Amino acid sequence: MKEKTVVSDIDRSLYDFRYEEDESEYFDSGLSKEIISAISDEKNDTEWMREFRLKALDIYSKTKMVEWGPSIEGLDVDNIVTYIRQRSRMNTDWSEVPDDIKDTFERLGIPQAERESLAGVGAQYDSELVYHNVRKEVAESGVVYTDLESAMHDEKYADMIREHFMKLVPPTDHKFAALHGAVWSGGSFVYVPKGVKLEIPLQSYFRLNAKGAGQFEHTLIILEEDSYLHFIEGCSAPKYYEAGLHAGCVELFVGKNATLRYSTIENWSKNMYNLNTKRAVVDEGGKIEWVSGSFGSHVSYLYPMSILNGKGASAEFTGITFAGEGQNLDTGAKIVHNAPDTSSYINTKSISKSGGISTFRSAVTVNSNAEGSKSAVNCESLMLDRISRSDTVPVMDIKTDKADIGHEAKIGRISDEAVFYLMSRGLDEESAKAMIVRGFADNVSKELPLEYAVEMNNLIGLEMKGSIG
Amino acid sequence: MANLLEIKDLSVSAEEKEILKGVSLTLSENETHVLMGPNGAGKSTLGSTIMGSPEYTVTKGKILFDGEDITELSADKRAKKGIFLSFQNPIEIPGITLSQFLRNAHEQVTGKHTKLWDFKKQLKAAMEVLDMDTSYAERDLNAGFSGGEKKKAEILQLLILKPKLAILDETDSGLDVDAVRTVSKGIDEYKRTTGGLLLVITHNTKILDALKVDKTHILADGAIAAEGGAELVGQVISEGFEKYTKKD
Ligand SMILES: Nc1ncnc2c1ncn2[C@@H]1O[C@H](COP(=O)(O)OP(=O)(O)OP(=O)(O)O)[C@@H](O)[C@H]1O
Ligand SMILES: [Mg+2]
Repeated sequence: MKEKTVVSDIDRSLYDFRYEEDESEYFDSGLSKEIISAISDEKNDTEWMREFRLKALDIYSKTKMVEWGPSIEGLDVDNIVTYIRQRSRMNTDWSEVPDDIKDTFERLGIPQAERESLAGVGAQYDSELVYHNVRKEVAESGVVYTDLESAMHDEKYADMIREHFMKLVPPTDHKFAALHGAVWSGGSFVYVPKGVKLEIPLQSYFRLNAKGAGQFEHTLIILEEDSYLHFIEGCSAPKYYEAGLHAGCVELFVGKNATLRYSTIENWSKNMYNLNTKRAVVDEGGKIEWVSGSFGSHVSYLYPMSILNGKGASAEFTGITFAGEGQNLDTGAKIVHNAPDTSSYINTKSISKSGGISTFRSAVTVNSNAEGSKSAVNCESLMLDRISRSDTVPVMDIKTDKADIGHEAKIGRISDEAVFYLMSRGLDEESAKAMIVRGFADNVSKELPLEYAVEMNNLIGLEMKGSIG
Repeated sequence: MANLLEIKDLSVSAEEKEILKGVSLTLSENETHVLMGPNGAGKSTLGSTIMGSPEYTVTKGKILFDGEDITELSADKRAKKGIFLSFQNPIEIPGITLSQFLRNAHEQVTGKHTKLWDFKKQLKAAMEVLDMDTSYAERDLNAGFSGGEKKKAEILQLLILKPKLAILDETDSGLDVDAVRTVSKGIDEYKRTTGGLLLVITHNTKILDALKVDKTHILADGAIAAEGGAELVGQVISEGFEKYTKKD
């Protein structure tokens, strides 16, 4: 008997089912002041947010297209619907979520996971959250977990949000950050008070169901001194022919001696442009742990950044990227050592097959004030055939000689000898290759939340199917 | 006794290079055969070709197993029919434990699902025969194993998978005196419990001590140069291969 887990027996059909949308709820595609103002009206934005959006739109139109990564020519932002009105208000009870939407999340295993292993869940469908809830005892400890819009209208948090919103990732950062500033919608706000350590994770799940649309959720997490949180983010979308766009933004503030673990499994459909920006700033003695699995999307640009601002702060990044046919996944991690005795550790694996391209970029900056800092980067990539590409691009900028920096990169192809060895023990070619890939990914998948580790294993099995030829 | 493995006029090449040149061999159930020959003669090539390595191309002749032509079968299908090769250089597979892997292989080869508990029991018993610490079962397959440990792990797989034909490619080389004895014990155990056919490729006699050799074949320059009984082993050890290799 296979052990039953929360998200078991995944196959792609699980992500590919979809419900017809009522298109009258779609806002016009493209970008204009009118559309942005309409979003503000719809959301009952505060005055500063209205201005913020319009300013971001202005920055967007003046900013050049990003140029560092793979081509995004197939993406025409003017054809993307940036906002879809939700049919129902956000609920704290699944039974009040419209049936088709509830069914979508049921199939993804979210309510079940919530019952079994999570402290709270947020579920976003297209532009808006449809569900958000935390366990009573969690709420009682002072932890806030809600959507950003509600929090912004709550006088207790309004100032806090205004103080932090897009301060780490300003709209001037790059064109898609500006776009995000103009049209952002949904996402989560988490606040963990001083000394509160949440033993079980919170999870937000983002589902983009509408075709030809964009998802622009904003996640803002603030951890006070000595607190702990594990936050899990999952995303998926069904397949359409029209290109979709995900330009989310994640801003994480990790207080003194606090630890935040941020896990993501991204499995967008293979027509998505995933241009996501994630950033964390860490105070003295604090720690950010990123765990990141990128499997989906047509093109990804994703380089979570950790800014180590306090003495002894640390960052760990564990990532895996799997690029199959038609995918070009440009991922990486950026670390800025900006205080003494900070440390960072990057450990990644990238896999490519059937012509997929995966590029891993690491960028480590050690400023002159960061004496006594340590950084170790370990990147491995595996190509499953001769038409696929895998690259690692390390960049280091070290401004002090009192730092300990290590880097190791390995690029390899799946070895015919290893495949033959396993086949000589009775495994067919597909299973042999899947076993090698799972083994390759093992020390990363161990870091994933259990149900996602299982999902990743299934995805690898699935990806390997039909890859023999 | 029935012929289990018949190799008929087999020619094999790799990367345009002809390595085996018309090799014929007949091996029957329950027998023990020894294959000797100078370095580079083609012994490993023969072993790998019987196992179905895609590295080698059969250009002529065929391989019959249990009367069936298996020349075109993939390695996994041959494994399922009961062929096993102990590799001269076992491959390291990081991230998969020896025990996970063996359980999977066992399921594939037997086509049966074994309860985890029962499998662990079998594995433990086999590891005892080989004086292997059980902690090795939870280590990644061959990864970081010493040369000798890798060879022991091969024989462990032999004991668990119980094939009808076991080809042991220099399983004894690189082993210390005690390890050779332990590995021989494992091979003997396999032989006693399954009565399988053994094809032992070796440069030494130590590993043969515990075995009753039925036939010896000398492979030189890709062809069978001589065949005989157990006595041929001793003769080769004392005289070398000189008389079988043509000088030109
Ligand atoms: N894949 C290959 N491509 C090209 N040449 C090969 C290949 N495999 C083996 N050979 C060559 O074929 C010959 C026979 O090699 P093989 O490994 O079968 O020898 P062997 O008899 O097992 O030798 P040893 O006693 O050293 O193990 C050698 O000359 C070797 O270099
Ligand atoms: Mg050899």
